[in-house]
Amino acid sequence: MNELVLIVLLLGSLFTISALLIWVERRLLGHWQERYGPNRVGPGGILQSAADAIKLLAKEDWTPPFADKPVFVLAPAVVVSAVLLSFAVVPFTPSLIVADLNIGLLFVFALSSLSAYSIVLAGWASNSKYALIGGLRGSAQMFSYEVFMGLSVMGVVMLAGSFRLRDIVEAQQDLWFCIPQMIGAGIFFIAALAETHRLPFDIPEAEAELVAGYHTEYSGMKFGMFFLGEYLGIVLMSSLTVILFLGGWQGPWLPPLVWFWLKTFMVIMVFFLIRATLPRPRFDQLITFGWTVLLPASLLNLLVTAIIILTNGHDAL
Amino acid sequence: MNPVISGLKALWRIFARLFKRPVTIEYPDQPLPVSSRWRGRIVLSRDPDGEERCVACYLCSVACPVDCIALQATEDAHGRRYPDWFRINFSRCIFCGYCEEACPTYAIQLVQDFEMSEYRRTSLVYEKDDLLISGTGKYPDYNFYRVAGVAIGGKDKGDAEREQPPVDVRSLLP
Repeated sequence: MNELVLIVLLLGSLFTISALLIWVERRLLGHWQERYGPNRVGPGGILQSAADAIKLLAKEDWTPPFADKPVFVLAPAVVVSAVLLSFAVVPFTPSLIVADLNIGLLFVFALSSLSAYSIVLAGWASNSKYALIGGLRGSAQMFSYEVFMGLSVMGVVMLAGSFRLRDIVEAQQDLWFCIPQMIGAGIFFIAALAETHRLPFDIPEAEAELVAGYHTEYSGMKFGMFFLGEYLGIVLMSSLTVILFLGGWQGPWLPPLVWFWLKTFMVIMVFFLIRATLPRPRFDQLITFGWTVLLPASLLNLLVTAIIILTNGHDAL
Repeated sequence: MNPVISGLKALWRIFARLFKRPVTIEYPDQPLPVSSRWRGRIVLSRDPDGEERCVACYLCSVACPVDCIALQATEDAHGRRYPDWFRINFSRCIFCGYCEEACPTYAIQLVQDFEMSEYRRTSLVYEKDDLLISGTGKYPDYNFYRVAGVAIGGKDKGDAEREQPPVDVRSLLP
């Protein structure tokens, strides 16, 4: 019963946060480009997302006649549900956690692979060339970057000695893992950008080339689901970064939940800042960078971490 | 290493913009600064005595590249020419300012106002009542009939400012 209340609360707050994030991002991008951003709806424009949601709901929910209908409808639901399911194992505080799985990290990775399906299925079911190319790019990108993502956190898992996310946070009592696992943190962050296909890795939906990529044919609330999934994904990847490398809920004076969201928001800001700064690479550059730089770096990081742990024991780092 | 450093530099530079004032002018809430020579709505001005400056010479109408100015000349009891009616179709006007340049009496002037949107096209046709203002516009002291040699009722030839009385050319005859 207690868990049910928690789930409902979590669902409500996550939707609210991701809706607010859209507004926060647009305001921040505005100021970073020396303009204001949306500031008309409500105080400071805070209700902009609500207005957008009403607009999306009121729009015609059109399914193209050439689309593969059941898959077309299924795809946007997959991305949102996969991301939302991942939040089940995220420890916000020592007690605020829906399911404290002992394979928490693996569970998250499994579900983020599942959300790759939604891109492929959406691209395929739309039966349009831009959507198909976007879907192909998305699948290639997500599959290759998931490899480095998994490898980059293995150092953390070795140091903590557990896949359980709560144990990983508790292992960072003395030192956050972003210090000993500096390379791992960097690779994880880059892979997280690619995994949520945010700029500069928004190649599956590159507006300049592919209209809108895999969600070209989507409109109304189905498009809204993709949008929501993207922002939920940012929240998920930022909270994972905080849990794995920045000590999760730990911090002095303030309550754990406040610390967790404070750190998460900082990471989200960096996500937005990178979007505002860096241009999009070409697709082959992205894949080449992944396999020739990130893969060897993450393997080396893993190897060095393993050697140090084996020679000095667990408490060395 | 160079691209990484330049990337980090760019990140910092973009972040620092957060503390700068945006360059946006929130127009309907804030007034938009326009230059003093801005070419906006066209007006017909009056001379310092409060009489119409326009002498209905048709030069503006001729100079207009889009033919949006139409008028009809007439004359009052003092022999002063003025437009019977004067019509500018602002849905055609391109605000080039040629009419202002052509005008010999500084009557037609382009002012800074540009907020003249209308819901109906016919509302953009301005008649003389809409065009004529009570003031002198950009040239407060200029009065055409005071400096021109033309005779009207109450002012004969030679009465204008810096004007000599007319020479009787016949007196020079042998």
